[in-house]
Amino acid sequence: MAVFDPDTILAISNKFRLQWEAAQQAYVLLYAEGMIKLNVSAGEVLKRLDGQRTLAAVIEDLQRQFPNAALEDDVREFVNIAHDHGWIIVKQPT
Amino acid sequence: MGAVQLGFSGGEPLLRRDLEDLVAEARHLGYYTNLITSAAGLGEPRLKALKEAGLDHIQISFQAGSQALNDFMAGTRIFEHKLAAARLVKQYGYDIVLNFVVYRDNIDQIGQMLDMAGEVGADYVELANVQYYGWALLNRDRLLPTREQLSRAEAIAHQYQERWKGRMRILYVIPDYYEERPKACMSGWGSIFLTVAPDGVALPCQAARQLPGIEFPNVRDHSVEWIWNESPAFNKFRGFDWMKEPCRSCPDRFKDYGGCRCQAYMLTGDAGNTDPVCSLSPRHDVILSAISSANAAAERGNGAREPGQGEGPIFRNVRNSSKLSA
Repeated sequence: MAVFDPDTILAISNKFRLQWEAAQQAYVLLYAEGMIKLNVSAGEVLKRLDGQRTLAAVIEDLQRQFPNAALEDDVREFVNIAHDHGWIIVKQPT
Repeated sequence: MGAVQLGFSGGEPLLRRDLEDLVAEARHLGYYTNLITSAAGLGEPRLKALKEAGLDHIQISFQAGSQALNDFMAGTRIFEHKLAAARLVKQYGYDIVLNFVVYRDNIDQIGQMLDMAGEVGADYVELANVQYYGWALLNRDRLLPTREQLSRAEAIAHQYQERWKGRMRILYVIPDYYEERPKACMSGWGSIFLTVAPDGVALPCQAARQLPGIEFPNVRDHSVEWIWNESPAFNKFRGFDWMKEPCRSCPDRFKDYGGCRCQAYMLTGDAGNTDPVCSLSPRHDVILSAISSANAAAERGNGAREPGQGEGPIFRNVRNSSKLSA
């Protein structure tokens, strides 16, 4: 399993599209002939993986929004899982 | 209503000059858009326009792994163009997704198909046996592979699946005639799919129009919400209450939904019957005799390996169409 540096920049893979679905009241990942419905925390993490911000910045932002949760470990674990599923990719520095 | 997938299929969707407009609007509405095409008419200008309109995904269909057989079955010289289109699709950032339709004359070539897919750098390949509806049903004796061909092909498909693990995904679908249980057609009638024909008629599947005694609603006259939730057509075979035995009490009804309504109608004369593919169907004999008839035809040699040998298939063209409808 990949372990990402804090300065890694992650983005949603071009095989998927992240989108808010009002009918589901959830973020979803769309792909050909299928959909993954995300829970609240997965949606909050993935929508921040915009190919611009570093992982450290994403965690910091989440921590600001949810100050009462110790979430760094959970975010890291989820990001690893998302990467293993091919939902997200490491953005190469240009 | 929460629908998120929109597929453009056919016929050939690229024949519509306004396909880009349809894609753009679908994308604007939040749909994940998928184009299923023969690649005829898919040159760079068109692809660029579709990409800009927001098209998410493309699948290209092939009739064979060799130019000779592909072009013979397609009735036009298109094989090289399909390959070029596949490479172009990749350049535009799409996955290369290839569908091969498999039948008696080409099933022995699936290694060749997969080699070709590997050469163009395909990401996903679907080897799907012909389903026997419409023109294929008419040509069934000529198209249905033998059991020996199927097991050879399956073994080859598995070899390639192993070899290209992680690089190219391969899906191999056998003809349902050789299955013990029917396919979960459309994941059940009126369960997740709604097809809109070019004239606006809404159908639970592309083939449903042939079913007698059902009035399929038109999206010009009714809201999609009414069509989906309320229309008699979409409720006709929805759920499990419509089922007869052996489906009605069968534990597998939650898995296969009684199979395909169109196949039940075409082969048993009643769309409310169990799909005769099921070995529990009282009409399963029609499948067994279709298999032996096709196997006999194969032995007589009209499943020739080279195009043009043996009894030719009945092609879909203007002459044959008018003969059939006369």
